[in-house]
Amino acid sequence: MMNTELPHLRNLSEEPKPTFSFHPKKFMLWLGIASITMSFAGWTSAYLVRRAEGNWLEFEIPAIFWYSTGVLLVSSIFMHLSLRAAKKDKFGQLKTAISITFALGLVFLYLQILGFYELVSQDLYLVGNPSVSFFDVLIFIHGVHVISGLIVLIVSFVSAWRMKIHAKKLDRLEMAALYWHFLDGLWLYLFVFLLNFR
Amino acid sequence: MATAATTHDAHAHHEHDHEHEHHEQNFIQKYVFSEDHKMIAKQYLITGIIWAFIGGLLSILFRLQLGFPDLKLEGLRWLLGNWISAEGKLEPEFYLALVTMHGTIMVFFVLTAGLSGTFSNFLIPLQIGARDMASGFLNMLSYWFFLVASVIMLSSLFLSTGPASGGWVIYPPLSALPQASPGSGMGMTLWLVAMALFIVSQLMGGLNYVTTIINLRTRGMSFSKLPLTIWSFFFTAVLGILSFPVLFSAALLLIFDRSFGTSFYISEIYIGGEALPQQGGSAILFQHLFWFLGHPEVYIVLLPALGITSEVIATNARKPIFGYRAMIGSMLGITLLAFIVWAHHMFVTGMNPFLGSVFMFLTLIIAVPSAVKGFNYITTLWRGNIIFTPAMLFSIGLVSLFVAGGITGIILGNAALDIQLHDTYFVVAHFHLVMGSASFFGLMAGVYHWFPKMFGRMMNPTLGYIHFWISFIGVFCVFLPMHYIGIAGFPRRYYSFSTYDLTNSFADMNMFISAAAIVTFAAQALFAWNFFYSIFKGKKSVQNPWHSNTLEWTAPIKPGHGNWEGPIPAVYRWPYDYSKPGAVEDYIPQTVPFSATPESNLPEETEQIALEKDIDELHTEQRIVSAKSGGH
Repeated sequence: MMNTELPHLRNLSEEPKPTFSFHPKKFMLWLGIASITMSFAGWTSAYLVRRAEGNWLEFEIPAIFWYSTGVLLVSSIFMHLSLRAAKKDKFGQLKTAISITFALGLVFLYLQILGFYELVSQDLYLVGNPSVSFFDVLIFIHGVHVISGLIVLIVSFVSAWRMKIHAKKLDRLEMAALYWHFLDGLWLYLFVFLLNFR
Repeated sequence: MATAATTHDAHAHHEHDHEHEHHEQNFIQKYVFSEDHKMIAKQYLITGIIWAFIGGLLSILFRLQLGFPDLKLEGLRWLLGNWISAEGKLEPEFYLALVTMHGTIMVFFVLTAGLSGTFSNFLIPLQIGARDMASGFLNMLSYWFFLVASVIMLSSLFLSTGPASGGWVIYPPLSALPQASPGSGMGMTLWLVAMALFIVSQLMGGLNYVTTIINLRTRGMSFSKLPLTIWSFFFTAVLGILSFPVLFSAALLLIFDRSFGTSFYISEIYIGGEALPQQGGSAILFQHLFWFLGHPEVYIVLLPALGITSEVIATNARKPIFGYRAMIGSMLGITLLAFIVWAHHMFVTGMNPFLGSVFMFLTLIIAVPSAVKGFNYITTLWRGNIIFTPAMLFSIGLVSLFVAGGITGIILGNAALDIQLHDTYFVVAHFHLVMGSASFFGLMAGVYHWFPKMFGRMMNPTLGYIHFWISFIGVFCVFLPMHYIGIAGFPRRYYSFSTYDLTNSFADMNMFISAAAIVTFAAQALFAWNFFYSIFKGKKSVQNPWHSNTLEWTAPIKPGHGNWEGPIPAVYRWPYDYSKPGAVEDYIPQTVPFSATPESNLPEETEQIALEKDIDELHTEQRIVSAKSGGH
């Protein structure tokens, strides 16, 4: 009975195929990214809810954050280049590209700190109106995530040094790159968000 | 069966080489820093049991105060020290701390970590046919973060100022201002640190569960052949991955308020006539963030229990689960709805009534998937050849608690009714039945059912029956009268009700509840004795003691590291072929191909025999993927 009525449905679900198609650890990283995204969704929604209640101090976002955004975007390009180098087994390029990514990551953090002090010099403190508190807390938490990304880069660099990354073993580097691009995208989101909802 | 056996043999030597890579493990690798999912599950279970006794004991202490307000507690001074006042009574501050810690411990440390941590870890690899979790290392870290969180939370009980005491929901300003109560100082700080570590632990666990279920199923184990336990663990983990980070967000902002003086949640507060510097914060904001986790958390606690119940009821009713796909659909529905109903905890915060009615509407929709599950359990039992094992009794008990507690959920979900009943014992009765007791019964069902697989021995069934009946009757004696007290207007978290004539007239009912709680708690000692005694001295288990279909019973009685000695078995059919017409026995395990059971096959199943060869050919590919994970 069922057989004649719903042949297409049966075939759809019962076709034997490999149940496993994705690299498990990469999949796990994607889930972790979803998780981090949720926490930032929590903070930015809290920001919006609190902002809608009024008593909200508007302030100009210092120009320095534009520079830091640019630096982080460029670092992502170098991260991508390192992956391309690894695919072609160009180990010198690979190590250079990872080092530049790492250095740009440090520059980004430095610029963020400068931006924080820029706000302080305008009498915009962490303790005070929630609009500034939110701004500072968001750049702080993003910075903590960037530090975790830098640690991942160090691990990748050491693996590259020990010749453990090559065209046939790219999983780790691909995961590092994915995480770094995510941190980049996360900052873009936060920056656009903060510019938009001052 | 014959076909399957031949193909397995062909691959046997491959797998054999592979197994030799495992070295003998020393004591620390095996029992302490274990990366084996079965050992981690047992670590979670035993830690959870210890926590359950601590959490239960705390509730008995405050039930003594509520049921017997004139009782002299001098006899407990050795345990509680200065928390017993000079008059021999419980200090009111400590009463609040007891309530807070009871909630925190039971919700997070027992029913989240103890339930998901135990059964997701134990059953996922065994029931989907995997050697271990996707990342054994992360899994080990998950347990150790949980244990460190446990130690910190436990140590807060021994502070001279007491543990956190602003309720398990830690609403600011009680939780944000150290001046608010003794427990709001160091106790609250330790609470936040412990919970931050706990969240990290749960996230690491959740990532592993989802990844393992999606990527490491054995050949033939399509999503439509997964046992309902696995489906429930899957949805639970997804809920955790998406909602725990938001609790982390809320907690972090609270930490900033407490330690750095920001005002996310604090606004215009005067203490002793002096204004605090903070202004412009919103305490309601915290409630939104908290309940965005808090509500999914209810289902994080409940769904694994429902999954375990599905499996135990189908096995012991000797019938296929009624409405397999409807069960998955209703769990999916509950998972989605869980994220969009949080504000029903906040009807009295002065929210816009229109918003309230939206959340009320969404909340009441949850009754639909919940009722689907309730009916499916009952229809599975209907005309089954029921075998009343202790696990089965606890599962049926869960169904009764789920229905009895769920019905009051419909009452509380109404914004108009909730305004009357909010923060009364009616709410306490509701969530203790539908979430607390139901999940606890699911946990017990799981322990009794899978104990033979965990330890290779059986628990004593007679003690199990006694444990069940006292718990079952006791739980209803505790929580049914609470509905009346709640309707009468008793607010929760109050230290004493002996001041007013109205509340005095219910003193005997409170006494009855307390007496029932003490008996129920005492009966858990039977379980503890049965559990620990049976680990060492229980009757030896046979291969498949409950005649169950799922994969874990094809593994050796005491599975070693890697679970199956030979190749991992392939799966050909769904897990609920119980009492199939024409079959020789009343169960057909998932590993039996249709070609071996011509006598019971339905016409469309006979057609699938042609596909069995394809399933077997997936074997090589499975080994490659398996090698990419968990060090196998």
